[in-house]
Amino acid sequence: MSSVRVLVGTKKGAFILTADGKREQWKINGAFFGGWEMYHLKGSPVHQDRIYASQTSGWFGQIIQRSDDGGKTWSVPGGGTVPEPGESNKFVYDGEVGTHKWYDGTQHPWEFKRIWHLEPSLTDPDTAFAGAEDAAIFKTTDGGATWKELPGLRAAKGHLWQPGAGGMGLHTILIDPINEQRMFGAISAAGVFRTDDGGTNWKPINRGLKSAYELPDPNADVGHCVHRIAMHSSRPDVLFMQKHWDVLRSDNAGDMWYEVSGNLPTDFGFPIDVHTHEPETIYVVPITSDSEHFPPDGKLRVYRSRTGGNEWEPLTHGLPQENCYVNVLRDAMAVDSLDSCGIYFGTTGGQVYCSPDGGDHWHAIVRDLPAVYSVEVQTLP
Amino acid sequence: MIRVVLPYHLQNLARVGDEVQVKVGHPATLGAVLDAIEAAYPVLRGTIRDHGTLKRRPFVRFYACQEDLSLNPPETPLPASVINGSEPFLVIGAIAGG
Repeated sequence: MSSVRVLVGTKKGAFILTADGKREQWKINGAFFGGWEMYHLKGSPVHQDRIYASQTSGWFGQIIQRSDDGGKTWSVPGGGTVPEPGESNKFVYDGEVGTHKWYDGTQHPWEFKRIWHLEPSLTDPDTAFAGAEDAAIFKTTDGGATWKELPGLRAAKGHLWQPGAGGMGLHTILIDPINEQRMFGAISAAGVFRTDDGGTNWKPINRGLKSAYELPDPNADVGHCVHRIAMHSSRPDVLFMQKHWDVLRSDNAGDMWYEVSGNLPTDFGFPIDVHTHEPETIYVVPITSDSEHFPPDGKLRVYRSRTGGNEWEPLTHGLPQENCYVNVLRDAMAVDSLDSCGIYFGTTGGQVYCSPDGGDHWHAIVRDLPAVYSVEVQTLP
Repeated sequence: MIRVVLPYHLQNLARVGDEVQVKVGHPATLGAVLDAIEAAYPVLRGTIRDHGTLKRRPFVRFYACQEDLSLNPPETPLPASVINGSEPFLVIGAIAGG
């Protein structure tokens, strides 16, 4: 029978949750790297026991960890021969560091802070991409032992990017499963960008986005606060977006976006994801507003659209419907690929929820973890 | 050999106990002991000093013989009692965060 392995990054360590295909009985492993902020863990699609993890600390900086046995043991990549393992922690901007826009409108030098997101290659377990704050994309081709910036992303009007309150991080990296030379990256308060040549050149793809208050210019190429984008593997030209405000979609790989918020109670939120077997079924978690980062009316509701947007239904069975004031962060939702698609999300209150039936029924896998930063799921044979 | 005490998280990262010993040549300076720590435990590169600039990370401090050496330049000689091994060189995670 198939099984699932849920990789959870939290404010104080990482956890691995496992269950068989029924997804009823769970085993909780962790905390791994206790006391460290674990921004993201993600497994290679071609070598599922290889998992990359971003371990960070305000004291000791950025560490990249890797497991080759499904999370049982971990090590810092490298060592034995050159490169030494310390090189895996080295994220240095390529060439002249350059500047971006600062809060007061002046230019400010790029400063590396941490890795928000790790995206392993779809075809090579030694290749992965890393999304950084301050926003940049790095690539490894040696299993994480060394990382090199792909500077073409910051060349896409990077001098105009300005951090928001959450930091200027590259939080989403999507790889086109049909054409791996095409990738998408999304950056807080800068927007969405696309490369068609494997990461050498990037361009902003933000037409159709409207951010009237924070960005009055309707033709601005960059500056939109994109919270998350998602795609279905069978239709990589169709993208879905949860923006600061608004839920949107693009049917042409981001060349133009249009709003599909429809009847959502609020269109502010962070994560968005797509059902594994139904490309038009998407999920969001509406949050009251940018001033109140908790669900409307204290009711934790996932909203599902089976029409690719505009028509939404609340999913509440098994979720708290009173006195719930948690948030769900942008990287904290995932879907498995079992026949009955499982949906997972984690909260800032430390709960990780699972719906083994596409959102109709939910249960908490675990309730008292540290604040959840990220959730990924692997479907194992 | 110079005795070095590492903070808890760096002990775990380097998979060592609370005190390690490193060999430092002449002159035995603040920068030289940091170089020696990183040479002996490469996984600690970037965790005590920034990878690119080699500047001390803001919330890491250096102490020896009741003295705060954190703001001293790398060429600062280590105290004699650290060099002869009677006192350790301390790498401390600053108390910060409220």
